[in-house]
Amino acid sequence: MQDLIWLLPTYPLLGFLSLVLTSGNLPKKVVGAIGAGSIGLSFLTAAVIAYQFLGSGETHLVVEMWTWMAVGNFTPGFSFYLDGLAVVMMLIITGVGFLIHLYSAGFMLDDPSYSRFFAYMNLFVASMLVLVLADNLLLLYLGWEGVGLCSYLLIGFWYEKPENGYAARKAFITTRVGDTSMAIGLFLLFAELGTLNIQEMLHAAETQWAVGSGLAVAASLLLLGGAVGKSAQLPLQTWLPDAMAGPTPISALIHAATMVTAGVYLVARTHVLFELAPNVQLLLAWIGLITLLMAGFTAMTQHDIKRILAYSTISQIGYMFLGLGVGAWSASVFHLMTHAFFKALLFLAAGTVIHSLHHEHSIFKMGGKRKQLPIAFASFMIGSLALAAFPFTSGYFSKDEILIAALEMEGPGMILWLGGVLGAFLTGIYSFRLVFVVFFGESKGHHEEKEVAGLSMATPLIILMVFALFGGWIQIPVDAVFSHGEVHEEHHISNLMHAIMIVVPLLGIGVSYLFFMSKTFSVEKLMANPLATRLHGFWFSGWGMDALYSFLFVRPFVFLAQVNKNDLIDAVYALLVEITRVAHVMIARTQTGQLRWYALSIGGGVVLLITLGVVL
Amino acid sequence: MILVVLISILFLGGVLAWLSEGLDSKFPRVVALAAVVIDLLVMMVLVGADAEGSGWIVQLNAQWIPRFGISFHLAADGLSVLMMLLTAFLGIIAVGSAWDEITERTGFFYFNLLWTLAGVIGVFTALDLFLFFFFWEVMLIPMYFIIAIWGHENKNYAAMKFFIFTQVTGMLMLISILALAYFHYIQFGWFSFDYFDLLKVSTSSAIEMWIMLGFFIAFSTKLPSFPFHSWLPDAHSQAPTAGSVLLAGVLLKTGAYGLIRFAVPLFPEASMQFAPFAMTLAVISILYCAKVAFAQTDIKRLIAYTSVSHMGFVMLGIYAWNEQALQGAVMTMLAHGLSAAALFMLAGGLQHRIHTRDMDHMGGFWPKVPRLSFVALFFSIAALGMPGLGNFVGEFLALLGAFQASIGLTVAAAFGLIFASVYSLWVIQKVFHGVYRNSDFDDTHLHDLTRREMFYFGAMMIGLIWMGMYPQSFLDMSSTTLTNLLNETGQLLFAQGSEL
Repeated sequence: MQDLIWLLPTYPLLGFLSLVLTSGNLPKKVVGAIGAGSIGLSFLTAAVIAYQFLGSGETHLVVEMWTWMAVGNFTPGFSFYLDGLAVVMMLIITGVGFLIHLYSAGFMLDDPSYSRFFAYMNLFVASMLVLVLADNLLLLYLGWEGVGLCSYLLIGFWYEKPENGYAARKAFITTRVGDTSMAIGLFLLFAELGTLNIQEMLHAAETQWAVGSGLAVAASLLLLGGAVGKSAQLPLQTWLPDAMAGPTPISALIHAATMVTAGVYLVARTHVLFELAPNVQLLLAWIGLITLLMAGFTAMTQHDIKRILAYSTISQIGYMFLGLGVGAWSASVFHLMTHAFFKALLFLAAGTVIHSLHHEHSIFKMGGKRKQLPIAFASFMIGSLALAAFPFTSGYFSKDEILIAALEMEGPGMILWLGGVLGAFLTGIYSFRLVFVVFFGESKGHHEEKEVAGLSMATPLIILMVFALFGGWIQIPVDAVFSHGEVHEEHHISNLMHAIMIVVPLLGIGVSYLFFMSKTFSVEKLMANPLATRLHGFWFSGWGMDALYSFLFVRPFVFLAQVNKNDLIDAVYALLVEITRVAHVMIARTQTGQLRWYALSIGGGVVLLITLGVVL
Repeated sequence: MILVVLISILFLGGVLAWLSEGLDSKFPRVVALAAVVIDLLVMMVLVGADAEGSGWIVQLNAQWIPRFGISFHLAADGLSVLMMLLTAFLGIIAVGSAWDEITERTGFFYFNLLWTLAGVIGVFTALDLFLFFFFWEVMLIPMYFIIAIWGHENKNYAAMKFFIFTQVTGMLMLISILALAYFHYIQFGWFSFDYFDLLKVSTSSAIEMWIMLGFFIAFSTKLPSFPFHSWLPDAHSQAPTAGSVLLAGVLLKTGAYGLIRFAVPLFPEASMQFAPFAMTLAVISILYCAKVAFAQTDIKRLIAYTSVSHMGFVMLGIYAWNEQALQGAVMTMLAHGLSAAALFMLAGGLQHRIHTRDMDHMGGFWPKVPRLSFVALFFSIAALGMPGLGNFVGEFLALLGAFQASIGLTVAAAFGLIFASVYSLWVIQKVFHGVYRNSDFDDTHLHDLTRREMFYFGAMMIGLIWMGMYPQSFLDMSSTTLTNLLNETGQLLFAQGSEL
């Protein structure tokens, strides 16, 4: 059965092909069945394989399909590699993926491009599975680019609006900057180590490179470039908030639960390289910390329900990067998993809210909706508690592990921990700001609307609620993967620190309560302060990063392109033609047909020649 | 003998097509289709054939003008066969794209089309440099007629530009060929234009450099490479669709083929010295032309500039001159042959339907022509280097090999991957996404792809997926040739230090 691992991406791929080849001519029921069913099959297969694999006690398993290309000593294959990390990832992707597909079957029912939607979704899941199961970096890159493509197609799914197309292109091109860095990293790894097979490559790196060597630094930096692109971390995070232009289930699947965690997966998968470059690993931690704080501040200022969640995603992935940076590999993967549960839940619930309120996105045009939208309310409560790391929810366990690891780190560990705790405070504020504004207080607008949530939409929400609450008790089987890198010792964390980590998120929720629930403090008063207004504007714009990139890259590129639209080189040739033509005209003029002109020029020529002869 | 048959079928088919117009103006296209299909079938004999250790599958060497050492020397190895297969395959596609589009002087049109193909096959198989030059000219002149007679609004300018660029640089190559034969005479006492004889010529390095440049300029104009590229956008935007298919798909590849077969092996030392310069030109081509492409509003000009950009990867790979880089160059030639041909057919198809190539007038075509839009998306994605499709294999291998020759230039070239996504997605946005408005053009003929068109595009899509998922079928064919070339040139790796 484990040899059948290739079936995992094959089911959704077949789903994609059948939907594309029938080009929207199937009835919607069949489309939904193919779309969600293929992922369901994948999930069942994955579950059986995981059960057998974990029961077998093996540390890893390789299934080779065929050699992709063999050129000299470059022989990457279509081969899959299964270990504890891959098991976790494939179960998240197929499990959460299936729930989101099921939800979409109801959510997208009124959309005329129902079939196109499921085709892209299936292709996405297939690519993502290839990404996490690949045994070499080239195959991983195939999945990597594939998910990028599907992300592009789905962000721009409603293509009539130019701004959606813009968001889609922005996402693709920004991540492609990272992808290119990663590709160069692959060139370097192959040139130096002679293989792209992940395990062999890591082994070769360990034996050939000293800790801190220039090559290890360069290779890990280049891979990090790819990771920050896909995972929307500084400095390539700007695409994710705009990616919310797509249908909401897309945001749940791609821009929260799975694809954006690909960068975390990549770093975890190649963690040996990062251990060989401690400075780069530390850089990871700082990137994570700065990103999580910046995104946390921005999330507090947003009005759009989906953008709040988008910034919160960036912030939570920042935690994962922080964890990777301090060497808490399994804690990061753990947070990746719990985040997939509660963020998918939040996005799907946001979808229900938006759907029920006729595409209303602004939280300030909602209010008191807890009775009107009971399932969404329950989902948001549980999801937000988990997001804010409320004790004993799933997010609590995973975030706790990351912060403890930071605290235990030598050197800047204390600062990283403090930053992480501050981030948890912000998380408490922004997540419950959303809950209080949307679901409590006086009811605003959209009074008549009922909650739109059929069985196919409600079931996934309920299952995800369970996992968001209790997912923290799951033991992920990744010890063997990270065995030699991690130190498993008893935590020497004082009770005070534990108490701080429990209390701070609650404080955040409390602050949120005072502002948005009891109205003890008023946002309006705060905003009366000009400094606060400015800061708000700055945060709201995502710290001005879009404007900065527009100024630095987009406008110069467009300007240069426009200036040289007619291709300067062509002008050179045109000049050549012009010179020839002018010369032709001038010489042609001498041919007047008048004898005296000819006589004169002959005479003049003779005189000139004689003069030259005499002078020289 | 089979090579003579391959070429003769096309030459005779051309004459027959011309004559058959007298009976019915629809006969020539049938004749032409039959000729290319038969050619492709005959070629299949060569695909399975075993090569000797030298890599040559078939050879034919007959005396032609013995006094000057000129012979009728044709031969094919794996690389030639690959290129011939591409030629015949795209030949069929070209006939298909002309099927309804060309309605005037059909006989002469298909005559020119088949003669161009014959010239190309000759170029891919000639091993006598005089004969090579002959075929080089044979493919030029019919192409000139195709653009000048069946082209669009500015056809005479474009055709003339194409002719002068190719002819002037062809003259430089002829001078180089004659010089090479002359130095053979000096060294050995008799004239020869034969490839294998000329490989043995050795001259002073300065002379070698000059002779090599004659070849290089001719080939890099055909490729084309910066700064000799500016004929291409005009030729493409004015040529009829079939002309664009042949130009982008096949004719450009003769330039790359010439570099691999002649320019580098005949002058290994000069090429080694010249390589950093050639690779720099390649990188400029990739980046500069990608940027110019982005600014275009004429969809055919845009695709033409992207062609130059992609051919930059080919030149980069060739001058990196190691196995991965060369295989990358060859794969890029094949994959770009299909993807560029398909994109030009789509652009041509759109122009045929709405009588404009200006993207500012287009937009929101997806719901109107969903099949056409999907096909366009597919080939745009292929062109921007999506893994799983042929172009990725080519460009990745080319860069992988180039990295071992020059880190700096490879990193610069890799930015081309970003630029490629910028312009490819821009086209999708301008033409297919957005809101449909038909005030700018007459949309009565804007219909989706016909079954015949789907057949051609489907064939090309399968080709690209095949190249992307199992490129080994193609890599195996060219590997003997390329390793032999590498061995003959003494594995001249242009090492510039690969340590950081």
